[in-house]
Amino acid sequence: MEQLIPLIVFLPIAGFAFTALFGRRLQYAYGRPAASLVPVGLIVVTWLIASAVAFTALTGGFGETGGSVTLWNWIPAGAFNVEVGFRVDQLTACLLIVVTTIGMLVHVYSIGYMAHDGGYWRFFAYLNLFMFSMLLLVLADNFLVVFAGWELVGFCSYALIGFWYRRRSAALGAKKAFLVNRVGDVGFALGLAAIWVNTGTLNIHDSLERLGQLNTTNHGLVVLIALLVFCGAAGKSAQFPLHVWLPDAMEGPTPVSALIHAATMVNAGVYLVARANPLFSHAQEAMVVIAGIGIFTAILAASIALTQTDIKRVLAYSTLSQLGYMFAALGVGAWTAAIFHLMSHGFFKGLLFLDSGSVIHAVHEEQDMRRMGGLWRKIPITYWTMLVGSVAIAGIPPLAGFFSKDEILASAYKNGFLWVWAVGFIVAGMTAFYMFRLIGLTFWGPSRVDPAVEPLIHESPRSMTVPLILLAIPSALLGLLIGLPPENGLIAGWLRPVFEESTRLAGHEETYQLLGIDGALLLASVTVAVVGIVIAWRLFGVELDGLRRAPDPEAVRELSTRVPFLYRASLNKWWFDDLNDLLFIRIGGRVAAGFWWFDRVIVDGTVNSIGSLTILGGRELRRVQTGRVQNYALGIALGLIVMAGSYLIIVGTPR
Amino acid sequence: MSNSLDSYLVLSGLLFAIGSFGFLARRNAISMLMSIELMLNAVNLAIVAFGSFVEPLRANSSVIALIVMAVAAGEATVGLAIVIAIYRNRRTPLVDEYDAMRQ
Repeated sequence: MEQLIPLIVFLPIAGFAFTALFGRRLQYAYGRPAASLVPVGLIVVTWLIASAVAFTALTGGFGETGGSVTLWNWIPAGAFNVEVGFRVDQLTACLLIVVTTIGMLVHVYSIGYMAHDGGYWRFFAYLNLFMFSMLLLVLADNFLVVFAGWELVGFCSYALIGFWYRRRSAALGAKKAFLVNRVGDVGFALGLAAIWVNTGTLNIHDSLERLGQLNTTNHGLVVLIALLVFCGAAGKSAQFPLHVWLPDAMEGPTPVSALIHAATMVNAGVYLVARANPLFSHAQEAMVVIAGIGIFTAILAASIALTQTDIKRVLAYSTLSQLGYMFAALGVGAWTAAIFHLMSHGFFKGLLFLDSGSVIHAVHEEQDMRRMGGLWRKIPITYWTMLVGSVAIAGIPPLAGFFSKDEILASAYKNGFLWVWAVGFIVAGMTAFYMFRLIGLTFWGPSRVDPAVEPLIHESPRSMTVPLILLAIPSALLGLLIGLPPENGLIAGWLRPVFEESTRLAGHEETYQLLGIDGALLLASVTVAVVGIVIAWRLFGVELDGLRRAPDPEAVRELSTRVPFLYRASLNKWWFDDLNDLLFIRIGGRVAAGFWWFDRVIVDGTVNSIGSLTILGGRELRRVQTGRVQNYALGIALGLIVMAGSYLIIVGTPR
Repeated sequence: MSNSLDSYLVLSGLLFAIGSFGFLARRNAISMLMSIELMLNAVNLAIVAFGSFVEPLRANSSVIALIVMAVAAGEATVGLAIVIAIYRNRRTPLVDEYDAMRQ
């Protein structure tokens, strides 16, 4: 089984190479389906292999520490030695399931979604490259290889956000994502350097073990390393203050938003922190920072999502908010809950994004929810699957989001982070509200679709609806399957070997009491979710079988004028883009212009004046070189006379 | 005065001065070569004069004088050959018209 692990990585890269080299010719010679045959087929095979490997890992086929395979020695440079190898333990297996399953479904979905796009082959080539990079990141057993995958997914994200590069906003969004990610990556790179300097290895397992020993002698350094690594995680997972790139990343094609910017790449930060849990469990100070930033991002993004009108942007802010939950869970030491939420969120958010793509497809590339409405009869499959996804993310039992989110909130409360629980509790209500606002505006109520488009609305082709249905199943059932009984379900059993040590260190081992505190917390979070949904229904309407209520735009307007500051703050995303514009474009631009002036005038000026001085001197001295032999001879004679004369004057005549 | 080292040296200095003046002032390549010969011979005269008046230098001075003569002969040969070659190309013996490298 170990021999199959490298195949998981090499099939997608082979697909990328094939499509990059021959995709264009295939597309023009035999049509678009021919171009997608190899990349999609290879990803399906990858999914099968990955499922088998993950199954083996989760059922204990690799033993407690996981199966590993070393491929080659990448950098043998004296003390600095980097080996390329893969390790599949239970944590990796969970990520493998999410990445390959959603990746495979998104590939299939893209066959239909991109069917009218000229850059079809290019899209699949990039998707395959992304799958390779993400799987490399997840499987690698060395921090440097993780970093390589980390940068590669960043590049794929850049290439795919800017896929429609003729559109200015797409090109700008791609650039923004890339640059903001670099900020975090600097921290990650510094963290890796610090790890190597202090432990002498970048192998994940060994270096984490030695960092634990280092903690006894230099605790401050361990905290610093943890914060640097978290800096990289915050960049990739779009946590405050590096969250600004994710909403603009929605300029990419919708399957990309689903795969990269909802279900997989943005989870890399969560994975990294979870992977390095022995490091973080020694650095409690860093953990508090993570919990704080996570829960702050959660409420910040949720508050922005309340008023956005672009369907994909609502989902993007929702993703930010859910990632904030995951980091809050990591911060409070609820490792398993974070990974559980990562998995369930991957499925339902991937589903929601693919649904939004199907909606956008149906109303002919319209993304503004104010120009949708009443779509539920026309695109029933999209509607029902999206409803499943929304109920799941809102945290209504027994769907997946309920189990994972409740576990996070309960752990925050029980581990003594009351403030994290309180904020998370409010965010849960906001989540339910904005999701049902989205459903209300899009699917229920009167139609506000452009009359010219109205008769053309149609359900998406089967290659798009089948992945939706397949994703709706885990979105609905994942929690029941692996989350029951709470805190002691399948997933807890799987991940226990990975997080056992860290949990023991933090001393968070409590029993679950359904009739005690846990039952009360559970009831509270369900209540707040229901309250959120009901408020959304009152404002934006509902059209379920028994329930019917028209939307109330008057009430919405009145509510927004009653809290004008909060409304404007939410609508303008708390002015973070403006703040960045002021800090980095205006002020930073001035500073840069100052440096440019210094470089141009002082540095270049010094160098250039030395140069022109030499040229000038040479031009003048050239006159001495007359080319006449007698001038030279005169010079020699005069020189001789001067030397002989000065000898006689200084030394005097001999005698 | 007639049989002293000084008189030989004064003659040698005069010859050398004439030679260097000729080398610096004349424009004809042949005259310049002749001036060089004059300077060499002035020096040679000084060498043999030293040899004849200073006992420890006697043996050495004759050898050095012979070497100077040989070098002077070689120099004259090569110098004349060059001058003739240039003359055939440029049709002039005047050195200030040999300015091909300045153009």
